[in-house]
Amino acid sequence: MKTPVILVTGFLGSGKTTLLSRLLELPELGETAVIVNELGEVGIDHHLLRRVDERTVLLSSGCVCCALRGDLSDELRDLLDRRDAGEIPRFRRVVIETTGVALPAPIVQTLLADPLLPHHYSLDAVVVTVDGVHGLRGPEALQQVAAADTLVITKSDIAEREELDALEAELARLNPAARTVRASFGDIEAELLLSGSHRDVREVPLGPNGHVHGPQAVVLTLDRAIDWTAFGIWLTMLLHARGGEILRIKGLLDVGGEGPLLVNCVQHAVYPPVHLDAWPDEDRRSRLVVIGHDVDRDALERSLLAFDGVAV
Amino acid sequence: MSKEHWAEEGGGPRARAFRASALNRVLGHYGLSVHAWAAGAYVLRDRKGGTAVVSDLGALWVEAERLSGAPLDPLDPALVAALER
Repeated sequence: MKTPVILVTGFLGSGKTTLLSRLLELPELGETAVIVNELGEVGIDHHLLRRVDERTVLLSSGCVCCALRGDLSDELRDLLDRRDAGEIPRFRRVVIETTGVALPAPIVQTLLADPLLPHHYSLDAVVVTVDGVHGLRGPEALQQVAAADTLVITKSDIAEREELDALEAELARLNPAARTVRASFGDIEAELLLSGSHRDVREVPLGPNGHVHGPQAVVLTLDRAIDWTAFGIWLTMLLHARGGEILRIKGLLDVGGEGPLLVNCVQHAVYPPVHLDAWPDEDRRSRLVVIGHDVDRDALERSLLAFDGVAV
Repeated sequence: MSKEHWAEEGGGPRARAFRASALNRVLGHYGLSVHAWAAGAYVLRDRKGGTAVVSDLGALWVEAERLSGAPLDPLDPALVAALER
């Protein structure tokens, strides 16, 4: 059985460490190995976690999304080796806390495309903290939000209610496929972090048609089954051509089987597609949420259907 | 330990031949062709005799773009119109 990995990211000061330190006190999060990445020579956050044991690893002096990607792979392998050798206490999951400036896609790519790690670990959820007082800041914020399965709006006790409502609406516009929760002092239910369950993409409002400018999510709804081979060709070509503009694609695809296929990618990093046994209900239309810059819903849909036509 | 490309998992020789056939509809628009080769690889060809061997579908588009000398974009209206014909 693979060990689940939960990636926790969010802008500097947005409350990642507060959230984690609170959650790690909960019994449900016992037996968790933690990898903390900090930019400074002397790490501080891992002390703030108040849980420095053999299962807490500090990656400092660089950012795990760029300079330290190899180190992340090495640490994940090392944790497995040391667990198997009985050198460290058992752990049932790994939480990776990134720096505030980390871009999630390269980290997701490391976890999904490494030759060894996907055989032992499964990336279950990307949790992103968003500062409830200061909102979205920095060029990394959009990519972090787009990659999220769960968005945690922090500092909800000191932010104005109107500001929180506006921020939540903005997050829903940018990533309607994510679940959004509000927290103060990291006070959220462990289940929200652990479940890895995602919002049913079919609950996502359809949003704008045509070409939208700036960062936005659009939703493709397809009334017919799509050939899986054609979809693979289309998506690999799309990510090759537009991987910089398309930040996330997530959805349920009817490929003609009993159940749908769960598709999920963060920029170029594609999660292994998951065949579900059955549709949740009678509605069997495919639905794909595409988050990106200046995306054109109609052009995407027309292109996908044209590619589907070549698989005959 | 090698890892199969996500779009090609579980597919045998027939699936790969079918994929190559579908790819040829797309690549033909750019003057390229492809056929499935050994060990999961594909061989790309242009009309001038240029060839490239690619390991999987993920690597194919980079080489196809290099051989064609033009950007390959699935949203290109000319490509979409050609596929719809």
